[in-house]
This record gives sequence, C-alpha cells and structure tokens, in this order.
Amino acid sequence: MAARVTTRSEHKAGGILLALPALLWLGLFFLLPLIIVLIISLMSRGSGGSAVLPFTFDQYTRVFDTFWIVLQRSILVALLTTAICLVAGYPLAYFITRRKTAFGRQFALFLVILPFWTNFLIRTYAWRVILGREGLVNNALLNAGLITEPLTLLNTEFAVVLGLVYGFLPFMVLPIYASLSRFDHRYIEAANDLGANDVTSFWRIMLPLTMPGVIAGCILVFIPAIGTFVTSDLLGGTRGLMIGNLIQNQYSGNGNMPLGAALSVVMMMVVVVALLFYARFGEEKK
Amino acid sequence: MADAKVELIDVHKEFPIRAGEASAVRAVHDLNLDIYDGEFFALLGPSGCGKTTTLRLIAGFEQPTAGKILIDGRPMHGVPAFYRPVNTVFQDYALFPHMTVLQNVMFGLQMDRVPKQEAQRRAVEALELVRLPNAMNRKPREMSGGQQQRVALARAIVKRPKVLLLDEPLGALDLKLRREMQLELKEMQQQVGITFVYVTHDQEEALTMANRIGVMSSGELLQVGRPEEIYESPATRFVADFIGETNFLNGTVNTTDDEYAYVDVNGETELAGMWEDSVKPQQQVTLAVRPERIAIRPYNEAPDDSDRSARAEETNTIAGHVVSVHYMGTDTRYMVRVGGGQAINVRVQNVLGQRTTSFKERDAVILNWGRDSTRILTH
Repeated sequence: MAARVTTRSEHKAGGILLALPALLWLGLFFLLPLIIVLIISLMSRGSGGSAVLPFTFDQYTRVFDTFWIVLQRSILVALLTTAICLVAGYPLAYFITRRKTAFGRQFALFLVILPFWTNFLIRTYAWRVILGREGLVNNALLNAGLITEPLTLLNTEFAVVLGLVYGFLPFMVLPIYASLSRFDHRYIEAANDLGANDVTSFWRIMLPLTMPGVIAGCILVFIPAIGTFVTSDLLGGTRGLMIGNLIQNQYSGNGNMPLGAALSVVMMMVVVVALLFYARFGEEKK
Repeated sequence: MADAKVELIDVHKEFPIRAGEASAVRAVHDLNLDIYDGEFFALLGPSGCGKTTTLRLIAGFEQPTAGKILIDGRPMHGVPAFYRPVNTVFQDYALFPHMTVLQNVMFGLQMDRVPKQEAQRRAVEALELVRLPNAMNRKPREMSGGQQQRVALARAIVKRPKVLLLDEPLGALDLKLRREMQLELKEMQQQVGITFVYVTHDQEEALTMANRIGVMSSGELLQVGRPEEIYESPATRFVADFIGETNFLNGTVNTTDDEYAYVDVNGETELAGMWEDSVKPQQQVTLAVRPERIAIRPYNEAPDDSDRSARAEETNTIAGHVVSVHYMGTDTRYMVRVGGGQAINVRVQNVLGQRTTSFKERDAVILNWGRDSTRILTH
C-alpha cells in the first residue's frame, strides 16, 4: 500500500498554477498600464497634449508648484469626508447592530444600501436641485422668512463634502457594522463591572476592538473621495476643483497627457500611504 | 452569624414580552436572601432557574422589577454596575482580547485612578495569588482555558470587592482541572476573606465549596442551608432529586408521632420517616431515601451487625427482588422492585476484602435503612 504523500513543493507548484490567471490579469491590465503611466509622466508634452521625448521631471515640478493647492484641497476634502462619515457612520452602525430582531437589522442595512439602486450621477444631480439658488433648501428658507437672499450652497467645497459624505457613507457603515456585529457586548459588561462608565468603556474597549472595521471604512471612503471627479464637477464648480478633475481635464480635449500621468502617480502615492496605514493598523490583531 | 453583606428583599424580575412569547418571562420570583460577610454562598439550580439573573441583579446588569437589593447595607436601587462594590468572574471570562494579562488585571484599578505604580504592584500580587506570575505580557487568546480563568479571577479580586460574584466560572474546564480549581478557589476565598456568591448547576461543586447553598428552580428559591442540611434534609422533592440521587416512594400516612410518620407504601409494608411539614393520617406523601443509605442482604439471611441500619426497631425493612445490577467501579448499583411495584435504587460500595455478596437479577432480597435517613416530603 503506497500512500502518496504530497510534498510541500508540489503544493507550491499547485498554488502558482491556481494563481496564474489572476496574475496574468493583474500583470496585463494593472501592472503594465501602471508602468506606462509612470513612463508617460516622465515625458514632455507634444502637440495636442500627447506625450513625446525627451524625458523630464517638469511635470512633477508643475504638480507641486502650480497644482499643489488642488492636491492639498483634495486631501483635505477627502479627510474631512472620511471624518464626517466616521462620526455619522459609527453610531448608525451601532444602532443597526442593536436591533433586536434579525429582520430589524436586515431592514436597516437594506435602507443603508438603498441609494445604490439609483445611479450615482443622477443622485448627485439631485443634490444640484436641492442646493441650487432656487433649490429646495433656499426656497424653504426664503418661504420661512429665515433668510432674505438665497444662500450660495452649490459650487462650494461644502457642497462637495456633502455630496461625498452622502455618496460614501454606506462604505463606512458596512465594515463598521461587520466589526460591531462580531463585537461581544459582554466586554462592555465586564468593563462596567470593573468600574468603567459607558463613555470609558467605549474608548477603552469597544472602539479598539472594532478598529479593523473603522480603518477599513476610512480607507473605503478616503480612496474614492480623493479621486472623485463627478461629485466635485457637479457640486463644486471651480471652487471645488479636485485632483480627479485635473486629471480628467489633462486627458480630454486640449490637455496634457504627461501632466495627467504625473498627477495620477502623485495621487496614487497618497493612496499607497493610506493603504500602508491600513496594513499597519487595520489588520485583525493577532 | 456576622451581618449580611448582600440582602435581597422580595426581589422580583420579569423580562419584557418579546416577539413570539405569550407573556412576560418571570425570571426571579419573591426572592428573599441574606448572604453573610465572608461566606462562600452557592446558588444552585438547573439552567433557566434564575440563578444567573439573580447574580446579574446583584452585579447591576439587570434592575429588579420589584423589591430591594442591599450591598453592605446600602440600597442599590438606581446604582449602575460601575459604582457597585462587587466584581464578577464571568462564565466565559470576558477577558479583553486587545489587552495583555497585566493590562486586563490593571484595568479595574485604572478606573479607580489608582496610581500606575501601585496599580501594577497590586496587579502583580493578584496574578501571584492565582499562580500566574509569569504570564503578564501574554494576550488572553494565547492562554489555556484554565489560565484564562485565573486571569479573570485576578482581574476581579484585584479591586478587593466587598462581594465577588462568580457565574459558573469553572463550567468550561475539563473535569480534572475543575476539581483542582474547586479546591484552589475555596482556599483562595478563605485567604482573601471576600464574600463569594457562586452560581453553578453542578451540585457536587456546590456541596464541596460552599458554606451555604441556595437551591433555585423556576425563579424561586426553594431552600437555603448548609451543604449537609440540604443533602440530609431536602425540603422538597425537587431539592432531594436535584442534589444527589434519591429514591422516592409514594405512600399513605397511617399514623404519626413526635418524630416520625408511618407510611404504608404498598398495602403490606409500613416505613417510617422524619417529617418536617406537619402530616396527617391518610395524607398522600413521598418518602425519600438516598441509595447509599440502604443495606441489601439475601432474603433468608439475618441482618449483619456491621449493617448501617443500627437497631432493628429504628429500621425500615422491605422485601423485593433484584431487577438490574450495574457495576460502577467504586460501587455497585442494584435496582430492586419491592411489593406494590415501586422500584428502589441501592448503591453498595465495593470495598476490597469485604465479604462479597453480589446479587444477580431475580434474587430475592431484603432492604433496610435507618428511619433517620428517611424524609417525608409533602411537595
């Protein structure tokens, strides 16, 4: 009776074979384009915005000189959006986990996801109707006599952040919900028992133990927020210009492909920093 | 007796109606109980009897629907768990997984704003007390169940509570470790002198460890007493059945005197037992006797001098035949069918060198046992 023993190297070979389609896919459609973007970002602008030789660092110089302010604004808007989503999303996720019946939780989650049933573009347009000079908010306030002049709500950074928070809140709620529903509330009882009031119990026990969900939610909101161009285009106007809009502009019409590539690379670096942060703090503690 | 550390006065607890339940769940009903300073008190009962709810009421995780709870003489109405002078060892320990063992033990002291150095010193002391001096920097999940149990204990006693509440703390441990921990816990309780309230469904655990036991069933406290009182004079059929093994024989009272009631169990045999609640002739009662108190001998043989059944006039005697024999290692168990059809279990210790009178199925036998080992139960 010859029992066949699978060796470690055989396992390894099998693993690589299984991963091959994914590796090919990633190499062809992710790594290769990334390298192309990197190369283009180091080239000069030709006629019609095309990329031509010679190689130069000019594009990066421009990114940090001319467009530093946009980059800065993008990071700030994305951070602010993330912070507001966190402060609004955590209690919401907590509320959902504390529903008594499974139906109550499912229904609340369903409501959180419900906006996804409508196209993002349409929902963002809807905010224009709400925030415009003759929009719902201004009309209501004027009719109530609370203001005499319409407020400038649209085409502000405020509108951009509002739109982003609205759009990305579910991405914050869902991972926090996942963490919270795994959280054992007996830890809170144990903390109470040892003399911690509810506020202390939250900071010392609940928040640290649900941190993976919080970090995941922050990443899921921060990354799309910093790259946004639809929301900032529709709600921010020129004052809400974000790095995503800049990149979009460079690639359309009379643009500048190398500059767009350089902006993309810089934005990617910001995202990588965020992901490193996640890798450091977001993993389940072993 | 020393003064009461925990007083429960007419405590009543109902849980609100939930979906799918017809009425409010009555968890604890008319509970009156004093737990004294420095004692090891066990709340014993089957699952769902209300013992854990009682513990949670003392801890402050639940508020009584009616009644009063006093700890150390202070009424606890409206006092949240984090202000109560009690600490709890939870059934599944509830150790904070993101903290080290030392951080877990220091947590309660930090909440009391004990200076860091002193907190650390006391935490180390507590860990030494539970014999875990070298595990301070480990995470709970790296430890065995028994070790986690010790950490939970250290975390609770480090605050020197007036009362330590333990909710089936040994339930998750295997039998051998549980036995060891029972002795250790008992020793530790005497060492630190803290009042222990210990919830368990394991009667053996309660009997070995507790100074006093309260037996609960269906939200009611049936009997409170020292282990030997509970074992020797169970107040109700439930208590007799739940604590140890008991034979129950149904019968009708013939006559009574100061101490005993004489009960007809099958129309021909009269057995005597000690009564506590007053019983009248013709009353239907239950006789309770422990299997290990009964001596068994062949039908034709005279009683042995070494029988546990003392003098003949103070002995209950009944004839029957063996239905089944089970060898159990330390003892042998016989089931004997007596006249009238009722069955009695007898447990005979297997003592090395003793004259071995082992019986076979269908052997005719005589059972006898002391009147004082017999209880008359009316409910």
